[in-house]
Amino acid sequence: MIEARDLTKRFGPKVAVDHLSFTVEPGRVTGFLGPNGAGKSTTMRLVLGLDLPQGGTATINGRRYRDLPSPLRTVGALLEARAVHTGRSAFNHLLFLAQTQGLPRRRVQEVIDLVGLTTVAGKRAGGFSLGMSQRLGIAAALLGDPQVLVLDEPVNGLDPEGILWIRNLMKALAAEGRTVFVSSHLMNEMAVTADHLIVIGRGRLIADCSTQEFIARSAEQSVLVRTPDPDRLAAAITAAGGNVKVADENADPGGPVAGGATALGVTGLPAARIGELAAAASVVLHELTPRVGSLEEAFMELTADSVEYGQPGQPGQPGQPGQPAVAGQAAGPAAAGSAPGGQDR
Amino acid sequence: MTSAAPARPASPPAPPARRAGFGHVLLSEWTKIRSVRSTVWSLILLVVLTLGITILITAITSAQWNKIGAASQTQIRLDPTNGILGAGLQFGQLTIIVLGVLLITSEYSTGVIRASLLAVPRRLPMLAAKGLVFAAITLVLGEIVMFASFFIGAAILHSHVPVSLSSPNVTRAVVGGGLYLAVLGLFALSIGALVRHTAGAITGVIAFVIVAEPLSSLIPGPWGDHIHDYLPTVAGRLVIQTARTSHQVLSAWQGFGVFCLWTAALFVAAAILLMRRDA
Repeated sequence: MIEARDLTKRFGPKVAVDHLSFTVEPGRVTGFLGPNGAGKSTTMRLVLGLDLPQGGTATINGRRYRDLPSPLRTVGALLEARAVHTGRSAFNHLLFLAQTQGLPRRRVQEVIDLVGLTTVAGKRAGGFSLGMSQRLGIAAALLGDPQVLVLDEPVNGLDPEGILWIRNLMKALAAEGRTVFVSSHLMNEMAVTADHLIVIGRGRLIADCSTQEFIARSAEQSVLVRTPDPDRLAAAITAAGGNVKVADENADPGGPVAGGATALGVTGLPAARIGELAAAASVVLHELTPRVGSLEEAFMELTADSVEYGQPGQPGQPGQPGQPAVAGQAAGPAAAGSAPGGQDR
Repeated sequence: MTSAAPARPASPPAPPARRAGFGHVLLSEWTKIRSVRSTVWSLILLVVLTLGITILITAITSAQWNKIGAASQTQIRLDPTNGILGAGLQFGQLTIIVLGVLLITSEYSTGVIRASLLAVPRRLPMLAAKGLVFAAITLVLGEIVMFASFFIGAAILHSHVPVSLSSPNVTRAVVGGGLYLAVLGLFALSIGALVRHTAGAITGVIAFVIVAEPLSSLIPGPWGDHIHDYLPTVAGRLVIQTARTSHQVLSAWQGFGVFCLWTAALFVAAAILLMRRDA
C-alpha cells in the first residue's frame, strides 16, 4: 500500500506537486493519470525517495522508502527506460542491483527469462531498442519479487505485443494481491488496464475513484446535430430544456459539411426528442448523431483547466480556472461547463 | 513473447527482509566497476602510460647523460627516485582522474544513479562503497606500477646514478607513489560526485593538477611557496621526493597528509550533497 499525505514539491517558483494526498490499495491496478507536466513522475520520485518533498509524507507499507530494510524486495520501480549504463550488459546491470539486496544470481536469470531478454542478456545495453530497454526496466522492477510496483509510463516505446504483455503482467501482479501503481498520460490505455484511477493536474488531485465510476461520471452524453437553420432549432431545444453549443466544424471527423449547415452539440436531450422537436418546428436536419463521450474526452475535460503545456482554453473552455473538483466529485464543474460533442478531438 | 506469468517462478520463499549489509553494497560496486569496459581500458592505459613515459625519460637521460649539463646531472643525483617516477606519474595520474570522475558522473549521465539509489536509498553506503572499491583497485595497481617503474628506471640509470630501495627515503617514495594514486582517485571521485557532470568535473580536477600548480609557482617569496605546497596534488606528490628542496614548506608525509585532508573534505561535501539533493 502506498500512502501520500499532503505531498508538496516545488522546483524554484514552480509548484510541481501541490498538497497531494492519495492512497494506492493492494490487489488492483491503480492508474495515475494526468497531462504532460502534471507532476506524475515527480510524485513517483517523491514516493521512491529520489526527490525530497518540501512538505508532506509518502509511505510504502507504512514506512518511508528510505527506511525500508531491503527496498527492492518491497518495491519494484520502473522510472525511465534508458537508465542503464550503455557499456554494461543487461545481466550485469541486474546483477549489481541484485547484489545490493543479497539476492542470488539465479534470480537475475529468472527475471531475464521472464521478460524475454534471454538471448541478449550478455549484450551491451547501449544497443538495446527502446522496447528492450523497457523490458530490462521491468526485469529490474521484478528482481526482488516486490509486493509494491511503481511503474512510470511502462508502455512507452513498446510494440502492440509488448503493450499487451505488460497489460497482462500488471493485471496478474495485482491479482496476486500486489499493489500496482502505474502512470500514463493515455486515458484509453488506462481504461483497459486500471481498476482504479487517480487523476492529477498541475500537481493537484482532480479525481480518485474507480475506473467505472470515472467513466460514468465524466462521460456526458451528447448529440451532434447538423442543420441549415441553427437558430430556430436552438430556440426549440432550449425551450425544451436542452443545452446547445456550436460545435467546432474543423475538429469534427464527420466529413465535409453540406451547403451551409451548422453543427450543434446538444446535451440534456436524447436524439429522438431532438428529432421530434425539429419535426415540430419544421427544421431540416442533415445529421442527428448520438455520441457517447469517450474516456479520453472525459479525461481531457477534467484536466482542461490544468494542462501545463498546450493552447490555453482549447478543449472545453476552462470555466473556473484553479478550481479542481474534489475527489469523489469527479464530474464537477469542469464537465458540466463544456460541450463534449465534437469539441475535444 | 512471454506469457504474463506471475513474477515469482521458482523464487525462494522470501528470506527475512533484513537490511542489506555494507558487504552487499561493496560487492555490488565491484560488479559495477568491473562490468564496464572503460574501467579496464583506463587501468591498462595507466600501466602503459606510466611505464612508457618512465622508460622514455630515463632512457633519454641515460643516453644523453654527457650532454644534459652539470645542473641537470646534480638534480638527478640529488633525487634520482623523483627523476624516475615523477614524469610517469605526471601522465599516468590523468587516467586515474578521468576514471575516478567517470565512475560517478556516468551514473548521472546514463540515469543509473536512480537505480543505484533505489537499491541503496540511504545513499551514503553507495558512495562509501564506491570509494573503497576504487581506492583498493588504484592502490594495488598503483603500487605495482610504481614498483615496476622504479625497478625499470633504476636499471636504465644504473651506470650513471645507482639507486636502490635501500637508499634513504626511496622505499617511502615508491610506496608513496601508489598511495598518491589511490588518494587521487578518491579526490577525483569526490569532485565528480559534487559536480555530477563529466566534462565539468574532469575540467575541475585537471585545473587543480595542471593549471593551479605552475600558476602558484609564479607567486614569488614564501607566500608562493606556501600556496604552492598546500595545493592538493602538489602536497600529495611531495611523498615521492627523497630530498627536500630549499623552497619546500612541508615534509613528505605532511604533504601527503594535506592531500588526504583536501580529499576528505571534498568527500564529506560530496556525501552531504548526495544526501540532500534530488537524484
